[in-house]
Amino acid sequence: MTTTEQNIDNILIPILEQVSDPEIPVLSIMDMGVVRSAVIINNKVKVEITPTYSGCPAMDVIGDDIKKALKDAGYESEIDLILHPAWTTDWITPRGRKALEDYGIAAPLDAEADKEVLLNGKRIVKCTHCGSQNTRLVSQFGSTACKAQFQCDDCQEPFDYFKCLK
Amino acid sequence: MKNENLYNYILGIADNSLILGQRMGELCGHGPTLETDIACTNISLDLFGQVRSYYQYAAKIAGDDRTEDDIAMLRKEREYKNVLLVEQPNTDFAYTIGRQFLFDVYHLAFLAELQKSNDLTLSAIANKCIKEVSYHERFSSDWVKRLGDGTEESNQKMQAAINDLWTYTDELFHQTEADKAMVAEGVGVDVTQLKEKYYKQVNALLKEANLEIPESKWFQKGGKEGIHTEHLGYLLSDLQYMQRTYPNMEW
Repeated sequence: MTTTEQNIDNILIPILEQVSDPEIPVLSIMDMGVVRSAVIINNKVKVEITPTYSGCPAMDVIGDDIKKALKDAGYESEIDLILHPAWTTDWITPRGRKALEDYGIAAPLDAEADKEVLLNGKRIVKCTHCGSQNTRLVSQFGSTACKAQFQCDDCQEPFDYFKCLK
Repeated sequence: MKNENLYNYILGIADNSLILGQRMGELCGHGPTLETDIACTNISLDLFGQVRSYYQYAAKIAGDDRTEDDIAMLRKEREYKNVLLVEQPNTDFAYTIGRQFLFDVYHLAFLAELQKSNDLTLSAIANKCIKEVSYHERFSSDWVKRLGDGTEESNQKMQAAINDLWTYTDELFHQTEADKAMVAEGVGVDVTQLKEKYYKQVNALLKEANLEIPESKWFQKGGKEGIHTEHLGYLLSDLQYMQRTYPNMEW
């Protein structure tokens, strides 16, 4: 598992927490772990963000939203996209995972369990509607790059699963 | 250009993903079922995201006023360095899956090695991409099995696709001048070393999918040197239409 310290000035945290993922509005970019650093240098904020998926179209919007939030708080900013270390679903905070579940997207399992699910092994992704464990993978690819499609065999409802990425 | 070999090497990697991404993107709204349609376009999106990282880096290496868009969109057919396999058309769903599978197995093995590159940008890109490509490989392998081991008709169609596409597999392991130079510098991947493992993995899956391993020993090549099949020109006219009609537009 890759662990790297985030380097974010305390004063900036409440500002950045207001910025949410445009595709999953309940999830702040801080809870998603895409902000790797944000420091004030001569009254200008230098922000480093890392993409969840290479082709994630939300990244440009996230960059613009960060700029706007910082500007509203009185800071000019510069956004850099960094690739290393690569983002992992481990960086989603417990609060973020709960927000995902409440929103109806099953949070990523840990790597081993996830592998089993995607290889049609044990069914352990819980239905976000009724909580049943009797669910199945419909497709490894869902409505956005970060999600897979599941269906509950008890309540029959489809739901999204946030793919584990390590 | 100071580092022409590195520039060409990056393009060699990126062009495969660009052209394959375009092919998968063609299925947007045309996939056989909603789920496969979404899957194919997701794969396309991943590949396009990946090529942006490569082309941005290539533009930096070039060091002139070239941008990622110029490199992706404004080269002529002969200047694209993708392998012939990825430009083959979506004849039917079996061809789409066969092409994806034959490329994914290679792509995954290639990225695993590229992660060890002493070029830090390339190893970071590889490290990012490999996570996404492992999903692609799982998807395409799964479908080869499902079609090969499905009905009599799906088996025949999958076999026909594999037979036709087989002739383009050997090119994956050919080295260009840029390849050789980059391998010598510890930047590039020695693709000749991937060949044995590749065919072993592909053959095992074909067998599992109830498909015959093609016996043909004759292989087509040329894409890496810019000599393409007739299909690429048509693909490029689609791909480049917006950029040529509205010059300087950005992705």
